[in-house]
Amino acid sequence: MFKYYGKYAPYLFLLPAAIVLLIFFFIPFFQTVYLSFFDYSASIYHPVAVGLDNYVKLFHSPIFYKVLWNTFLYLFVAVPILAIFPLFIAILINQKIRGVTLYKILIYLPVIVSIVVAAIAFKWLYADQGILNYIVTSFGMKPIGWLTDPNWALYSVIIVTIWKGIGYYMIIYLAALMSVPQELYEACDIDGANFLTKHLVVTIPHIMPTIALVTTISAISAMKVFAEIYVMTKGGPLNSSKTIVYYIYERAFENLDLGYASAMAVVLLVIVMIFSLINIFCFERNKYQL
Amino acid sequence: MKRFLEKFSIHFVLILVSLISIFPFIWLISTSLKGNSENIFAYPPTIIPKDFTWANYVGVWHKVDFIGYFVNSMIVAGGTVLLNLILSAMAGYPLARMEFKGKKIAFFSILATIMIPFQAIMLPVYLITLKLHLVDSVSNVAGFIGLIMPFAVSAFGIFLMRQAFLGIPKEMEEAAIVDGCTVWQLFWRVLIPMVKPSLAVLAIFTFIGSWGEFLWPSIVLTKESMYTLPVGVNNLQGMFSSNWRFIAAGSILATIPILIFFLAMQKYFISGENEGAVKG
Repeated sequence: MFKYYGKYAPYLFLLPAAIVLLIFFFIPFFQTVYLSFFDYSASIYHPVAVGLDNYVKLFHSPIFYKVLWNTFLYLFVAVPILAIFPLFIAILINQKIRGVTLYKILIYLPVIVSIVVAAIAFKWLYADQGILNYIVTSFGMKPIGWLTDPNWALYSVIIVTIWKGIGYYMIIYLAALMSVPQELYEACDIDGANFLTKHLVVTIPHIMPTIALVTTISAISAMKVFAEIYVMTKGGPLNSSKTIVYYIYERAFENLDLGYASAMAVVLLVIVMIFSLINIFCFERNKYQL
Repeated sequence: MKRFLEKFSIHFVLILVSLISIFPFIWLISTSLKGNSENIFAYPPTIIPKDFTWANYVGVWHKVDFIGYFVNSMIVAGGTVLLNLILSAMAGYPLARMEFKGKKIAFFSILATIMIPFQAIMLPVYLITLKLHLVDSVSNVAGFIGLIMPFAVSAFGIFLMRQAFLGIPKEMEEAAIVDGCTVWQLFWRVLIPMVKPSLAVLAIFTFIGSWGEFLWPSIVLTKESMYTLPVGVNNLQGMFSSNWRFIAAGSILATIPILIFFLAMQKYFISGENEGAVKG
């Protein structure tokens, strides 16, 4: 094909997006790294260059380890459930039954509703004399301090994240299920395989790439949780539900400890980048090929 | 008989999951409709209000500027969608169709932004926004621009549009050029109409993302008159401390617009064709 465009045309087309990405992605990216070498704790107007001090402090801080532990706990609880349960639901919805659209709409509803509203709704369910404690006590157990007991708070927040994610991943799985050849199921039926073996032998191997994709994207979003915690617990009680993004927010915008917050942000960046690289190179390669 | 049992158990599980999905909202609605004479902490809890009233809705409506929050959310989401459509389409086109020096660098730089979570760079983004005077303490317009610009374009959008342009037969462009179109005219008049389905997908998912955004507005906003719906809803907790009737009514009111949007556009969300189109 003949070249129908001028020498500068491609650059002019790219320019607006490039400016936005430069100002709001690339410069902040490098600035995050840069700020992490400064100490702002004495005065926000007179930062002192301290080299790797913030990182040294970080990795000697029990709170940081607690926060990191909470973040990974979040991930280890939420990710397996979000990788498996929505698949199960998708398989059920994919059977030839009535009412599929209604089920899909209802299960997808939590995805589109604001996380703030969802968190408030759960806060109400979790109230000391709330409906969940009614259920708990009616089974003869003691009421649970869902958001006030340090042993429970993190899990109570994780439940909200899971509840809000199920519909999203269910739809991803439903799309993947469409690509499984129907003949394979028919062959299974002829062999007399039951529901479970049918899906273990045919479905799971076929959509393994999608399961892996859901695992990485749900891991990345688990690393980034903020609103649930901000609305429900503010990281408490006793830092028991504080995860890394919330702690960065607190340090940066409440304590104005910009250097320390940036050092944590760099840790977050490294972790998310590792997950994203796995994602891009292993599962979404065809999408991002030049 | 076996088939019937199978179907029955499938419906049973799906109904259960559906109920779990909507129960928190049902309970919120129930609480919002209970009058002052009814104990909202009563055991056993009652779903159907005994002292049914709309008073909580009326009360919260008079105390909270929902119309204002809604308009602010519309401005921010509308602006974000518009910019995403224009910038993503413009950037996606040369990446799909043109050969130029530095294409590889451009491609991989954009890809790299997927790996940078906003949460990790939000502090410098805030400092830059302050430096550019794009905050509500300068003026409302500046405040809106500051809310929009960090999300004005995304790698997801650019790649989505690039994919769309890749799917257009090259003969289309050749024909248009032979007819005497410039590249600019070709892009806007011939190609953009052909990628409308992808633009629609991008618009809808960007809208949902922007509408629900909470972290960024809660960092930059200082004036209550500039609050978007999520920030306003969160603020209800402080305004009405433990008046759960009002908090519930306010949360439900704030959810109605996006609910209507979702039901109108549901096929885009649940068809599965656009899986993973945009995810914040």
